[in-house]
Amino acid sequence: MAVSGGLLVLFIVVHMVGNLKIFFGREEFDGYAAWLRAIGTPALHETWFLWIQRAGLTLCVLLHIGTAADLAVRAKRARPVRYRHRPKVQGGYAARTMRWGGVILVLFIVWHILDLTVGTVNPRGVHGEPYGNVVAGFQPERWYITLFYALAVIALGFHLRHGLTSALQSLGRGNAVRERGLSAAAAVFAVAIVVGYLSVPFAVTTGLVT
Amino acid sequence: MKLTLRIWRQNGPSDKGAMVEYKVDDVSPDMSFLEMLDVLNERLILDGEEPVAFDHDCREGICGMCSLVINGAPHGPERATTTCQLHMRKFKDGDTIDIEPWRARPFPVIKDLVVDRTAFDKIIQAGGYISAPTGAAPDAHAMPVPKPDADRAFEAAECIGCGACVAACPNGSGMLFTAAKVMHLGLMPQGQPERYDRVVDMVETHDDLGFGGCTNTGECTVACPKGISLDTIGMLNRDYLRATAGGAKK
Ligand code: SF4
Ligand code: FES
Repeated sequence: MAVSGGLLVLFIVVHMVGNLKIFFGREEFDGYAAWLRAIGTPALHETWFLWIQRAGLTLCVLLHIGTAADLAVRAKRARPVRYRHRPKVQGGYAARTMRWGGVILVLFIVWHILDLTVGTVNPRGVHGEPYGNVVAGFQPERWYITLFYALAVIALGFHLRHGLTSALQSLGRGNAVRERGLSAAAAVFAVAIVVGYLSVPFAVTTGLVT
Repeated sequence: MKLTLRIWRQNGPSDKGAMVEYKVDDVSPDMSFLEMLDVLNERLILDGEEPVAFDHDCREGICGMCSLVINGAPHGPERATTTCQLHMRKFKDGDTIDIEPWRARPFPVIKDLVVDRTAFDKIIQAGGYISAPTGAAPDAHAMPVPKPDADRAFEAAECIGCGACVAACPNGSGMLFTAAKVMHLGLMPQGQPERYDRVVDMVETHDDLGFGGCTNTGECTVACPKGISLDTIGMLNRDYLRATAGGAKK
């Protein structure tokens, strides 16, 4: 859980940094996307690196879901008779929504790939021109898509908020003195990721990026 | 005070069980929660009814026997307090209070509010011991222990094995208890020979007994009457990783 999650976090950071390149204009953003496909050439054939990365990510996601499902099953078995009176658990909202939040994220990832990787559900969907596709995808009249993206990214923020501290704890890195600092750092990190990711669709919707 | 109690009644391990409502008048705010149940039981006995079975022993917060989930909170609403040390002044006149047993598959209900916590004994048997012959109590400074380690071990040793952590955990995990026992011995010089075997064996036994896996939700520390902190589990994880990564144990 912690290891696969950690690798996914690395991807999330790199992906966000890449997204922010959109603020430097069409050329730079499309150029960056083209470079992504060319990483590793000439040692590797074009897009091979990308496919290796995709395979790695898929493996991480599957492992992550697999371990989560195992934990969920064990939890269910461990309490066959439920409490009659059970107030909301006292822990944070983030900890409580890990499982459903994860399901939302999977659905979002599927849509996101169809939208901006494959392009089938994108109104423009021209291969190799991500700048145009992004701009077309988040036009104000497609506000419901932007809203969906926003909800998913916020769900990701909550997922990271609990996931990061939990992963550190599972890897034995937490201790009482550091706990507060780590928890605060995880919160700041989660917010930074949410803001970073949301800036792009909102910049398009509000006409900042055209 | 007048109270309405809704108590889990279950005639035996195989009975289905249900919540049953009782009214109790004349509750003094100075009574402990268990004394309030004594009042109810005295009346039930006089009326020729079966009294409510519940666990208790020391009634001073040190034995870990009392085990009631009160309005959904193990050991009730007061932090760092066992059920026996909880007083009725924490409730209001006219309150309705739901009382249930610990709920976890490894803690089957024996009768009413009494559960079988043998599972915890099995975890202890798997590693909660030291093999170093200790003899009579040694001189205080015969074996120096770093102060931080001594403090940390002492904090872990405060665990009274009540099982509230399991009752509170949404995963039904007993990892806070296990971690407290592992670190209590693992930080002391006398506990070193078995340190890494202990953590693996106790965690394995914990899992085999059907407790759930820890996802660090932190519910356990909130419920724990001794305030065993969540980072105790972090320390257990560190030892566990060291033990398994080094190939010392599978
Ligand atoms: S860790 Fe706390 S809640 Fe769990 S058994 Fe020990 S004293 Fe009870
Ligand atoms: S009866 Fe001993 S701790 Fe409550």
